[in-house]
Amino acid sequence: MTTIDKTRNVPEPRGAAEGDVPLLEVRDLHVEFHTRDGVAKAVNGVNYTVNSGETLAVLGESGSGKSVTAQAIMGILDMPPGRIPQGQILYRGEDMLTMSGDARRKIRGQKIAMIFQDALSSLNPVLSVGYQLGEMFRVHQGLSKKDAKAKAIELMDRVKIPAAKERVGDYPHQFSGGMRQRIMIAMALALEPDLIIADEPTTALDVTVQAQVMDLLAELQREYNMGLILITHDLGVVADVADKIAVMYAGRIVETAPVHELYKRPAHPYTKGLLESIPRLDQKGQDLYAIKGLPPNLLRIPTGCAFNPRCPQAQDICRTDVPPLHPVTERDGAELAGRGSACHFWKETIHG
Amino acid sequence: MPDVTKAQTTDSATVDAVAPPAVDAPGKVSAQKSDKPRSLWGDAWYDLRHRPMFWISSVLLVLLLVIAAFPGMFTSVDPRDGDLVHHYLSKPELGHVFQPDWFGYDQQGRSIYARVIYGTRASILVGVCVTAAVTLIGGLLGMLAGYFGGWIDSVISRIVDIFFGLPFLLGTMVVLNAFTERKVYVVILALAFLGWTSIARVMRSSVITAKQADYVTAARALGAGTPRILFRHVMPNAVAPTIVVATIALGGYISAEATLSFLGLGLSDPTISWGIDISEGSKVIRDNPHTLLFPAGMLSLTVFAFIMLGDAVRDALDPKLR
Repeated sequence: MTTIDKTRNVPEPRGAAEGDVPLLEVRDLHVEFHTRDGVAKAVNGVNYTVNSGETLAVLGESGSGKSVTAQAIMGILDMPPGRIPQGQILYRGEDMLTMSGDARRKIRGQKIAMIFQDALSSLNPVLSVGYQLGEMFRVHQGLSKKDAKAKAIELMDRVKIPAAKERVGDYPHQFSGGMRQRIMIAMALALEPDLIIADEPTTALDVTVQAQVMDLLAELQREYNMGLILITHDLGVVADVADKIAVMYAGRIVETAPVHELYKRPAHPYTKGLLESIPRLDQKGQDLYAIKGLPPNLLRIPTGCAFNPRCPQAQDICRTDVPPLHPVTERDGAELAGRGSACHFWKETIHG
Repeated sequence: MPDVTKAQTTDSATVDAVAPPAVDAPGKVSAQKSDKPRSLWGDAWYDLRHRPMFWISSVLLVLLLVIAAFPGMFTSVDPRDGDLVHHYLSKPELGHVFQPDWFGYDQQGRSIYARVIYGTRASILVGVCVTAAVTLIGGLLGMLAGYFGGWIDSVISRIVDIFFGLPFLLGTMVVLNAFTERKVYVVILALAFLGWTSIARVMRSSVITAKQADYVTAARALGAGTPRILFRHVMPNAVAPTIVVATIALGGYISAEATLSFLGLGLSDPTISWGIDISEGSKVIRDNPHTLLFPAGMLSLTVFAFIMLGDAVRDALDPKLR
């Protein structure tokens, strides 16, 4: 894959890690699922890096491969039917895909933790939240039941659950949605990991609670100086929290950019379409823009650029050649830090 | 149900969950002692306590367990002591409560009341031990098959199929025939040998459901190992149907023991069992129905109590029936 070198050239926006080794680096990751109807290629050569204290937002529609990438990093893909034919996932320079199962399990929870979308179903209904939070300490650090409970209360305080002491023995169903998500966050935070992967952490919450949970997440991330991978399809959620954004389409990263740059000047027609489909107050009364067509069937990804059947700018070359992730520059050739676009016509897209 | 709950949760499974003291002052919490959080099992227990069926069956079962453990407390007569001269087949004296002649005497002049009391132990022992063995074997194999899938599942499921194909009673008869001396433990082994399959099937399917739950993935993502996931996260969420099946089956094992003893293949004479007495009584049923009636009645009562308990437990554990 030619895209490796291209991304590697892209300089890190901020918080570059100690030495040269980034906290997490995903290199040319491929994931496919073997189904009865054929091979579904969910991830096709994803590259990204995350450093300590940095937030990477991975943006994309359902089926774009953003969650599958995260599951591959966590090692919780169901294999089979899933398979990782090629690629590397480097945690501090070590490839997790070639590690022993035991070594990997030690990283999970302690070094890399994950927050799930649906907190109710992600908490065990038969165990109290205090028990589940304390389990992290008992198992990984060998604390006694009493100490673990004290730690659990401390954590619940940390994520701003009111009356933590009284509620430590409550069961997941007794908490509201926002509180449950806080518990999930507390659980992921328990062992102060270096990296947290949040898979649509606010999708199941109502809008007022979303902002609170995102603020909390951002605050804790700053406090612990963790890396954060925020997976979402909500452009609004991303803007305030993320440092850089990777936009995914059909299992490939189609654009990377520092967060505000992306909103200002998208360099890929897909990103542009996404941004234009956000309802805006100043366009009240007009028809809402929508990207035509449907996301591609992963069993039959179109040849060339996967976005070509839906792209208003598509030319013949788009139907034959897969565009590499071009570094994006200013009109005069000046480099734009951290920007890349997998479009043959990125110049036309960004500079009009 | 307090209205607060409605507003806070939408899940139907939480119907009688009490609203937690959300932002209450700490002092207020102790005042609401009854609002203490409840788990799934806590909910089930709450539900059970409000069912008369549960109480009737529990009282009966406790009584039966006490009889099984201390038969000497209920009668002073030796159940093996036959007095042919005075008591041969004499009719019950229903007024003589707890007396040796309360239920009359059998063909050998033995007190039927004493025999019914002493027969309890064998039946309860068989029922409880077979259920325990079956739950252990079937539960473990079912859990392994369900959780690991693949070839492990294939192997275990085929073994289950083979055992399931053997007719239960016929199979135990064949097994029992291989033993010359049939003590209680032999009957237990024979029944357990063929009885574990249904539990394995139930456990397997509920483990398959439970292992796909998000909290299992979440536990894995947070670094839990396989044994921890299996016993802490999967098992407690999958064990309810097994408990229900096991409780109901317990009554079935007791009647199976009686059936085998009746046919002369189960327990044999020095051991006292309702099945043996039913078998003996059936020979003189025309003129002396009491010899059959009392052991059979006790048997029915015991089986009934266990099945009723199983029903109550099922209703309590299945939120859909609430």
